[in-house]
Amino acid sequence: MARVTLKKVTKKFKEVVAVDNISIDIEDKEFAVLVGPSGCGKSTTLRAIAGLEEVTSGEIYIAERLVNDIPPKDRDIAMVFQNYALYPHMDVYNNMAFGLKLRKLPKEEIDQRVQEAAEILGIEKLLKRRPKELSGGQRQRVAVGRAIVRKPKVFLFDEPLSNLDAKLRVAMRAEISKLHDRLQATIIYVTHDQIEAMTMASRIFILNEGRLQQAGPPLEVYKAPANLFVAGFIGSPAMNFIPSRLLKKDSSYFIDAESFLVKLPSDFYPSISSYEGKEVIFGVRPEDFHDKQFYPEGTADNTIKAKIEVIEPLGDEVLFYLLCGEHSLIAKLDSRTNKRVGEEIEVVLELPKTHLFDPKSEKTIV
Amino acid sequence: MRTHWFTPWLYVIPALATLVFFLIYPSFNTLVISFFGPQSEKLVGFANYIYCFTNEIMLSAFRNNLLWVALFVPLTVFLGLILAVILDRVRYESLVKSIIFMPMAISFVGAGVIWKFVYSYRPTGSAQIGILNAFLTFLGRQPIPWLIERPWINNICLIIVGIWIWTGFCLVVLSASYKGIPRELLEAARVDGANEYRIFWKITLPLMKPTVAVVATTMFINVLKVFDIVYVMTNGAFSTEVIANRMYKEMFIFRNYGRASAIASLLLLFIIPMIIINVQRFREQEAFR
Repeated sequence: MARVTLKKVTKKFKEVVAVDNISIDIEDKEFAVLVGPSGCGKSTTLRAIAGLEEVTSGEIYIAERLVNDIPPKDRDIAMVFQNYALYPHMDVYNNMAFGLKLRKLPKEEIDQRVQEAAEILGIEKLLKRRPKELSGGQRQRVAVGRAIVRKPKVFLFDEPLSNLDAKLRVAMRAEISKLHDRLQATIIYVTHDQIEAMTMASRIFILNEGRLQQAGPPLEVYKAPANLFVAGFIGSPAMNFIPSRLLKKDSSYFIDAESFLVKLPSDFYPSISSYEGKEVIFGVRPEDFHDKQFYPEGTADNTIKAKIEVIEPLGDEVLFYLLCGEHSLIAKLDSRTNKRVGEEIEVVLELPKTHLFDPKSEKTIV
Repeated sequence: MRTHWFTPWLYVIPALATLVFFLIYPSFNTLVISFFGPQSEKLVGFANYIYCFTNEIMLSAFRNNLLWVALFVPLTVFLGLILAVILDRVRYESLVKSIIFMPMAISFVGAGVIWKFVYSYRPTGSAQIGILNAFLTFLGRQPIPWLIERPWINNICLIIVGIWIWTGFCLVVLSASYKGIPRELLEAARVDGANEYRIFWKITLPLMKPTVAVVATTMFINVLKVFDIVYVMTNGAFSTEVIANRMYKEMFIFRNYGRASAIASLLLLFIIPMIIINVQRFREQEAFR
């Protein structure tokens, strides 16, 4: 069992609080992704788990063992660094064998483990090469291989794909996911890329300003963000936030954004009744807009009119930058939409999928 | 644009000419003079060289230079290396480094004078003005004639002065090289299971090897030419003679140009292999880039 548990972990650098009272419980064999913008404390959290940073307060457990005072080498972890951190004076074989040699494993076993890892990663032919003779993707594989051969309880990945080009990144993403299935180990993966987080994680932990914002399976976080930050961070392009007012008319609730008025679904009512007449932030994901031409459910209560400012065709879908009154919106619409820049378009909002946020606490209302 | 075959030479010639005139020619001339008598009027063949390898003081100078090489080079490099790694973790690193580097700013003659006071010796019973002997007598021990006690103590005392001066230089150069090692590499090694001692030997030192080699060869060349410290502190008395000081004496005290030139030629001969090693290292490093 290799659970990783953080209990009220705080890390301060002088006056700066990098990690602020974070409690996380990562299950055995879980693929946990810590995600957040730069400076959110995700890397510091990972380094604290690795033992490369001492925590200011709080407790870290790996496999039910308190590791606060245990040096990295005795924590039974392996780490893959952003810049790979391969030893430049050693060939690929020795880079991978280094940790095993330190543990004084018999030579045959080292050979066998390195071979095995090299086969998994497809780098058998590179074993005699030095890191500087490898491409970025190959270096990345060696760095992963160096972690695999150790057969640790927990793998730590610190933004391992951020130095690769886009195509390679997508390929490596799938490979690391496959690797996780194969190794059946606990993986803690840090990234600033929400797509990486969404595609790889069994559970996402979203951090901002050193605090844990939300934890949960990717789709759950996507569908039910806990607050404004999570709603804006997960999803691409980001959710549209429209400052507006909640109105009650004929026992129905409406969002009044001045330039448009839409009627909220009735299952929202229990949670929103206390906000009647108050300011709220109305959140709509770009993918929850639809062109009225191709969306039969459009009615007067869920359709808005907007002017097209920019069109970005993505192939299967098209991004429309819209202006509705004073609100700039991004909508991801059907590629059949034949409107041009400057024209007016009618878009339907898929209201059951929208969100309301409290503008003060930034918490999700519904 | 086509370049004529001699165009590169046009650029090289000024430097080359200066080098030939001020370095190659004098070296060659020194070599010629070394086969002549004291005033260069009579050809004496290898007599000056035979003198170098048979005269007792010359032999002792060779032996002392060997001792300098054996102690000074490893100790300056080793201390510089250890300090570079340790001071990296110290809060007031730059202050400490400046203090250790300070002796480099003092003229070697000045350093010699300072240490002459440190080692100063008065016969037993009289007041000791040297700090070492003052300390010894304070403890109720006999004072030690540091610079007279031959052949080990006095030579080692001189070598310590050399180390005191040059460690700072080694430290600064090696520290720069140490800071050039990406921190992630050391962290990766830590996670891989290495303790600090292993990291030093398996990661840090191999990565610093080119710099260590350059510093070591520089120190080697330095020590072969050692002169000021010995000249100021003992002037070669009590078996502390070194090659360069002997050369100076033959040249300017005894006015024996032949012998002085022979010693100078030998010194050059000893240094050449080091220069070659340094050049090779430099080329390897260039190829590495």
